[in-house]
Amino acid sequence: MRLLKTVCLLFASGLLLTSCKSEPKKEMAVVDNSSIYIKGTIEAELTSPPFVPAPVGNRTAKKLLIDMEILEKEGTMTDGVQYVYWTFGGSVPGSFIRARVGDEIEFTLSNHPDNKLPHNIDMHAVTGPGGGATSSFVAPGHKKTFSFKALNPGLFVYHCATAPVGMHIANGMYGLILIEPEGGLPKVDKEYYIMQGDFYTKGATDEKGLQAFDMTKAIKEDADYVVFNGKVGALTGDNAITANVGETVRLFVGNGGPNLTSSFHVIGEIFDKVHIEGGSMINENVQTTSIPSGGAAIVEFKVEVPGTFIIVDHAIFRAFNKGALGMLKVTGEENKKLYSGVKQEGIYHPEGGTIQTMPNNDKKKVAVSNVEKPLAKKIADGKQLYMTTCFACHQAEGQGIPNAFPPLAKSDYLNADVKRAVGIVLNGKTGEITVNGNKYNSVMTKQTLSEEEVADVLTYVYNSWGNNKTNVSVNTVKEVKSSH
Amino acid sequence: MKTILRLTICLFLLNATYTSCQSKMVQIKGGEYLPLYGRDSLNVKIKDFLIDVYPATNREYVDFVKKYPKWQKSKVIKLFADESYLRAWKSDTILGENQKEKSPITQVSWFAAKEYCECQGKRLPTVDEWEYVAMANKTIPDARREEAYNQFILSWYEKPKTFNQTIGSTFKNYWNVYDLHGLVWEWTIDFNSVLVSGESRKDVDTDNNLFCGSAAVNATDLMNYAAFMRYAIRGSLKAKYTMKNLGFRCVKDIKK
Repeated sequence: MRLLKTVCLLFASGLLLTSCKSEPKKEMAVVDNSSIYIKGTIEAELTSPPFVPAPVGNRTAKKLLIDMEILEKEGTMTDGVQYVYWTFGGSVPGSFIRARVGDEIEFTLSNHPDNKLPHNIDMHAVTGPGGGATSSFVAPGHKKTFSFKALNPGLFVYHCATAPVGMHIANGMYGLILIEPEGGLPKVDKEYYIMQGDFYTKGATDEKGLQAFDMTKAIKEDADYVVFNGKVGALTGDNAITANVGETVRLFVGNGGPNLTSSFHVIGEIFDKVHIEGGSMINENVQTTSIPSGGAAIVEFKVEVPGTFIIVDHAIFRAFNKGALGMLKVTGEENKKLYSGVKQEGIYHPEGGTIQTMPNNDKKKVAVSNVEKPLAKKIADGKQLYMTTCFACHQAEGQGIPNAFPPLAKSDYLNADVKRAVGIVLNGKTGEITVNGNKYNSVMTKQTLSEEEVADVLTYVYNSWGNNKTNVSVNTVKEVKSSH
Repeated sequence: MKTILRLTICLFLLNATYTSCQSKMVQIKGGEYLPLYGRDSLNVKIKDFLIDVYPATNREYVDFVKKYPKWQKSKVIKLFADESYLRAWKSDTILGENQKEKSPITQVSWFAAKEYCECQGKRLPTVDEWEYVAMANKTIPDARREEAYNQFILSWYEKPKTFNQTIGSTFKNYWNVYDLHGLVWEWTIDFNSVLVSGESRKDVDTDNNLFCGSAAVNATDLMNYAAFMRYAIRGSLKAKYTMKNLGFRCVKDIKK
């Protein structure tokens, strides 16, 4: 045995030496992985999403024992909507498997006795008939074992392939197996497991109760839910994945389908590296990567600034209407150089509205402040102002909007105190008030009107809709303004 | 020779003492039907036969193993039943605590079910016979295209632990037969003749007439996925297997 190892070592170092000397040749990459020597036996660590087992690193190839149980069980698709999932290892997607190239994987599939149906597993990492499906077809209350040599590195989908195959996949029977290359993947700070799937229910999207699978919709590819990790909200709020500023994040992303291709995207991040289709080719600086159903991708990026980064299928109605939405919460120091946050906030009125500033305001003010306009003119000018500034909230006839904006017509609150009314127009108003017996609790913003304009608009209001016909003078407005 | 002798004794005993225990049977009028795996030219002919109204029950099976101790769980030959055989039973002749006498017997192998029927002068139904009777809903003999009927079957597939229910708790179909859908899967005599190899996508090549696959381009009714699942479960079985969800009922030929 030792002799064999020595020979291997010699051979390997020979290869290394030659590769150093000669030009890097493409052929060097073509190693016969089927002859990788295995040493020892270990049990695989299996994790449920969004977590992944510890990296394989540079351990030697081994016989890797995997024990996976199939469970048919009821779960929550979204609040109030239940669904009977068929699972590998109790979760959708199924448990994450991590191995290395050259491992001899001995896989045992156990079908729980309470289950109704036979199942099997087709692992895309398998080189062999049916990806193992032929050898793993197992009735409830039974188990089957088969083994395979991991010949190709990459991120691979596994799924059930029992008739009707589409239905088994649509009910959640899929997951990922990672075969690490010789020496392992480069080290990163955080790794997560995300897998998209589309679901088809008898009821419409969000229809409450226990929902059955709908074959007709599945055939039409008319999904009611498109989600990450088996349900709406599996990766949002408290379930969000996390990282700290400055860390590198690696996502193992799969797509179980059964039907829809994912346009995988993280809003506010650019993928530094993408292992295209989960294979060895690496693309860089990618915004959105396409993941076919039954396919996968490894995406890597560094998080530079804090905040919540939204993970979506950029076929965007799926994200906001069917559930394909997750969150990556990044905490740490802000970096204003990289991202400023809001620098300035302002109002933009392309359609007009009130004039914000008047270059020749002073002159005009002097001109009008001495002479009080006739009442009719005031009302006419006030009406114009009202229609551009106040109309949206208080409505054309001053009737307001129930429970939101108080009425101005026949308003006891308005008629009771002119100075208070002027003050509100000048300074805005928040908090609860009672108008004609009804309580209102909303916000009126401060109006950017000149003193004359305030007088005009209030005079119009007081002389309309059954109010007390007060003529608000510019002097009153001035008085209120200075008293404030 | 021995078997024949034993069978004769079986039949004798049966006639003498078992008539009262025998479950009620009804007559099915034979006919032609197109099975899931068939094509237009492959209509299957079904002769008239009798079928048990209910699946065999725990109570009936207790009586059976008392009479035929070789089928008791401690005595059964391992070749004829796997280690889950009657697993829930407390002892060789006593049911488990949560088991009801009127629930269908499950966790029995094909060998056991076959012999149970034979000892009553009956036999297990063929897949075609079973499917022929089971395609009837309450009112019509062939309801395979009725949406509500398919819905009922499928909703059962999603209901856990229905094997705890008692016989007669589902519906009486057109032929006055109960519980074909909604309680347990049932053994058939030729359960494995429609090949589901486990790799259902390649079964198209295995046998052009008898297959059941997902990419089932030859299947007569692609929407009848409830039936696909029945063929799948049958395909996953071996004769010594026993399952919590799998029972049986017997049929009998009509002598002309």
